[in-house]
Amino acid sequence: MEITTITELYVFVLAGFVGYQVITRVPPLLHTPLMSATNAISAISVVGAMVIAGAHYNRVSTILGFIAVASATVNVVGGFLITDRMLRMFRPAGRGGSEAPAEITAAPGTPVAASAGTAASAAPAAGSASPTAR
Amino acid sequence: MARTIFIETTYLVASVLFILGLRSLTRPEKARRGMQMAAAGMVFAIIGTLINHEIVDYHWIVLGIAVGALIGYPLGMWVPMTAMPQQVAISHMFGALAATLVGVAEYYTASGMVGPGRMTALGFETLFGALTITGSLMAAGKLQEVLPGRPLTFRGQNVVNIALFALTVGIFFYLIGHPGNATLFYVMLALSLAIGVCMVLPIGAADMPVVVSLLNSYAGLASVATGFAIGNNVLIIAGALDGGSGFLLSVLMSKAMNRSFGNVLFGAFGTPAAGAAKTSAGLTARSISAEDAALQLAYASLVVIVPGYGMAVAQSQHQVRELAEQIEARGGTVKYAIHPVAGRMPGHMNVLLAEANVPYDRLYDMDEINPEFERADVALVIGANDVVNPAARSDPSSPIYGMPILNADKARSVIVLKRSMNPGFAGIENELFFKTGTSMLFGDAKASLTKLITEVKSV
Repeated sequence: MEITTITELYVFVLAGFVGYQVITRVPPLLHTPLMSATNAISAISVVGAMVIAGAHYNRVSTILGFIAVASATVNVVGGFLITDRMLRMFRPAGRGGSEAPAEITAAPGTPVAASAGTAASAAPAAGSASPTAR
Repeated sequence: MARTIFIETTYLVASVLFILGLRSLTRPEKARRGMQMAAAGMVFAIIGTLINHEIVDYHWIVLGIAVGALIGYPLGMWVPMTAMPQQVAISHMFGALAATLVGVAEYYTASGMVGPGRMTALGFETLFGALTITGSLMAAGKLQEVLPGRPLTFRGQNVVNIALFALTVGIFFYLIGHPGNATLFYVMLALSLAIGVCMVLPIGAADMPVVVSLLNSYAGLASVATGFAIGNNVLIIAGALDGGSGFLLSVLMSKAMNRSFGNVLFGAFGTPAAGAAKTSAGLTARSISAEDAALQLAYASLVVIVPGYGMAVAQSQHQVRELAEQIEARGGTVKYAIHPVAGRMPGHMNVLLAEANVPYDRLYDMDEINPEFERADVALVIGANDVVNPAARSDPSSPIYGMPILNADKARSVIVLKRSMNPGFAGIENELFFKTGTSMLFGDAKASLTKLITEVKSV
């Protein structure tokens, strides 16, 4: 066993601890974004794939490297985009998400205003077709 | 030298940004900015790698990135939120594929001339990577319903699986001592692919939250092993974060089902419990019309909505929100009760309701909402079954006995939206449906909700 391996084990164990501390604090609300985010991050194997695809070791490894770069990139691009798309949707009461049609303000003449003090959700009774949030 | 220092610096920056990005996920309002930081970290690492002195030809790299981006963009932008579990599974597949191919290419290039340390890393990489590839494909197939969602089992299956696993591990150990045996390396690769198939097929669709998180963990571990194999710290760090979060989530999911890991993986709900039939015998469920249900909802002061996988299948989250708004407009309060394993992946219901613009502070975890059911006038159960089955509390013979559930039965009245009286996934009869105070509104959830919305409006 070489000394670099030991150093790498250090890194692994410490990163594991940090990860555990950080991830236990993520609320269940965000568990799906957490999963897609960590998945996108772990596609960092793209850097290993890039070296293999570009190093010209031999034909086989170049082809394998190319496929690996492509699939890791799918993971990076798709993973970060979808995480962002999900996170954009999470919004607290009283604030319109960027993806949400501005239905809260557009409620003049809505019958029965929110009497329970839940003003945020007093959306227009009529014509609020479900938002076509893709 | 200066070049190496630059590359390593970008990796360091990337690692820090990844950890900060994940930390931001503890607060919904900060999460988006944090993930943008993590994405920036990824870009740093990629730019750093581009100047690696080993790279002599950029054609394949650029082409690979272009192809990957072309496939990844639609996958990220256009997949509907209801298909999120499949999307996540497919993502794991791509990540694992990349790690595995890197491992195979490394082994091939070295033509077996690797030390035992490196061989261990390469072995773990191909083992975890390959079983994640096929496992994720199977999981995605089940979630997309290309494959049957029920557990596919045969007699002696566990024996076969364990034998397969033991053989693979045996070959792995042999290879560490004799890394030059290329044939065995590829045999191990093939066996690992087979393990992925055999591992996921016998697991039912309702247990997918555990499986998807576990595959998440394996994909991360494959990245860790890649990091060890090519001596790259950022891979080890990012992989450890992924592996850790996947593992933690699968533990949480198993706990939420009161089942051990082993039980989820090997104890497929094959045969329905013997006690199941007798619960339903002689009992009749009371069905209710949309008008009557709407009347109850309209005059309720607290309604707790319990969404389940049925809501996802019917894609009715928007109707749920609309109904909730109608109730709130009449002065009622609406809260959502989210069971950790409702749906097909961790946090599935939260994402769907967020998509429908339900504010996240109306979504309550099981522990927060359970005491509130007693005050609730109506518990509205939409396509959920096992997570509200009181048998989990009272019937030791039930397969789900001991699983923490949402106490919907404690509400003054319960309205269940359900397609038919067919028992839920686990094949377990649900006594909640036969309780006095429970009424069933049969039909497709979307259609029923639309009716309810119209009726509540006209009350």
